[in-house]
Amino acid sequence: MSDNKKVVNLDAIQKRLITEVADLHEVPMGAYNFRANSQLAGRNVTANIDIKSKDDGTGIDIFIKPNTKNESVHIPVVLSQSGIKETVYNDFYIAENCDVVIVAGCGIDNCGSQDSEHDGIHRFHVKQNSKVKYVEKHYGSGDGSGKRILNPQTEVYMDENSYLEMEMVQIKGVDSTERMTTAELKAGAKLIVRERLMTHGDQRAFSGYKVSLNGENSSADVVSRSVAKENSFQKFDACIIGNAPCHGHTECDSIIMDNGKILAVPSLEANNIDAMLVHEAAIGKIAGDQIIKLMTLGLTEQEAEEQIINGFLA
Amino acid sequence: MLELKNISFRVQEREIIHDLSLKVEAKKFLVITGPNGSGKSTLAKIIAGVEKPSSGKILFNNQDITNINITERAKLGIGFAFQQPVKFKGIKVIDLLRIAAHEKLSINDACDYLSEVGLCAKDYVNREVNASLSGGELKRIEIATVLAKQSKLTLFDEPEAGIDLWSFQNLIKIFENMRRGIQDSSIIIISHQERILNIADDIAVMAGGVITKHGPRDEILPELIGTSAAVGQCYRFKD
Repeated sequence: MSDNKKVVNLDAIQKRLITEVADLHEVPMGAYNFRANSQLAGRNVTANIDIKSKDDGTGIDIFIKPNTKNESVHIPVVLSQSGIKETVYNDFYIAENCDVVIVAGCGIDNCGSQDSEHDGIHRFHVKQNSKVKYVEKHYGSGDGSGKRILNPQTEVYMDENSYLEMEMVQIKGVDSTERMTTAELKAGAKLIVRERLMTHGDQRAFSGYKVSLNGENSSADVVSRSVAKENSFQKFDACIIGNAPCHGHTECDSIIMDNGKILAVPSLEANNIDAMLVHEAAIGKIAGDQIIKLMTLGLTEQEAEEQIINGFLA
Repeated sequence: MLELKNISFRVQEREIIHDLSLKVEAKKFLVITGPNGSGKSTLAKIIAGVEKPSSGKILFNNQDITNINITERAKLGIGFAFQQPVKFKGIKVIDLLRIAAHEKLSINDACDYLSEVGLCAKDYVNREVNASLSGGELKRIEIATVLAKQSKLTLFDEPEAGIDLWSFQNLIKIFENMRRGIQDSSIIIISHQERILNIADDIAVMAGGVITKHGPRDEILPELIGTSAAVGQCYRFKD
């Protein structure tokens, strides 16, 4: 148990990063696992939620007992040393009939010249009738020449009538990201994804989804809103596969500014006559009349742009 | 309050407004009417700063505002309600009202503005100003933002465009209320609806990019009845 009751030990930069990625100003209620510069910086478990380090030291296993309701797990990661490169495997085992919130997130502050990279591989095993809300924020800061790199991979396995809502946000400071999310849904399972992405400078971001609707009446709604500023580049690649009578919807809505570039590659694959799949995609600059309207209310052109982007990514 | 001096506006080779002059005194409710394509909306945009005149001068409270931009004109006290309300993904009604009011508008105050335009405030205050709202709802929210801005001079560009009849009846009530509470401000409405013309102090008639008549309502309106500059309602819906 001593491993499970460590006091959270973070410096000022790390605390700032934690605030950015997990909206945490103090140690959270409930279960948590803080990781700072590849070390465990604090952990708490509860009667219903257990967190264990993997035997080979590659990550953690989170076990949520059946019927756990209205509890949360926070597992933020921060990197404040230049030159760290780590790959972490986190497995979430959510048993039957739960209703829980999981907050992850990674903040990198790189003031040095070496690249810092965190590759998190998250696997969700959601059992029957469980409801999970997953929130993941990525944030980068620091003015060193070393890059801040995040390559999250998420695998989702959803059992019958389970529900998973994923909110994934990367607004600032991450130089390069390659995100891949795959999901397999059994009968009656429902997956909701809300992705928010903003890139600037010379950043590059790739976000891919492959959602397989395998069970009858399974459904998925994958919505990405993104903004590419300056010279940044984004690629959004969402594929929904209907292997049963199911409902799938994917939407990519993007704003480009300056020399930003966005490539949206939607795809739908229907392998069952009763698979109903829909895709929507739109890319464009901020509408001129939106800026003019806010200017007639007294905002400057720049303030108007900020308001429009903030609202769009809210 | 507002003075337009010899305004012309040209798009490429075509002149849409020709050497137009107009004076609007304080505490006036002016309706500018005229057939489609006569340049009314362009004139409203020139006053708000959305379009720049090719020549001429605009004075607002004796200050030359010809070369200042939309934002500065808004700050000086010019408000503008669009003919086609703008939609915003992610921006809520309360956000727009707060931007308009330029202060920390409380939910209660925001609700007052929404109630004034006939919207049940609690249903709307947290709605996004997007395509899920009907044309009539968007129009009323547009007017609520202009009310929240509390301008010295408020321009409405064809407020009746694109709204249903029920909303139109309410719109008239809003303008009647504004007319009563005009104090030191002025209102300019671009419209050819007879019922809006009926509550004007003054009426200006535009045709072919010039103002052909401008004077008190009682003088101008009788000449307009039955023309396209004063469109009545379908008889079935008359009071």
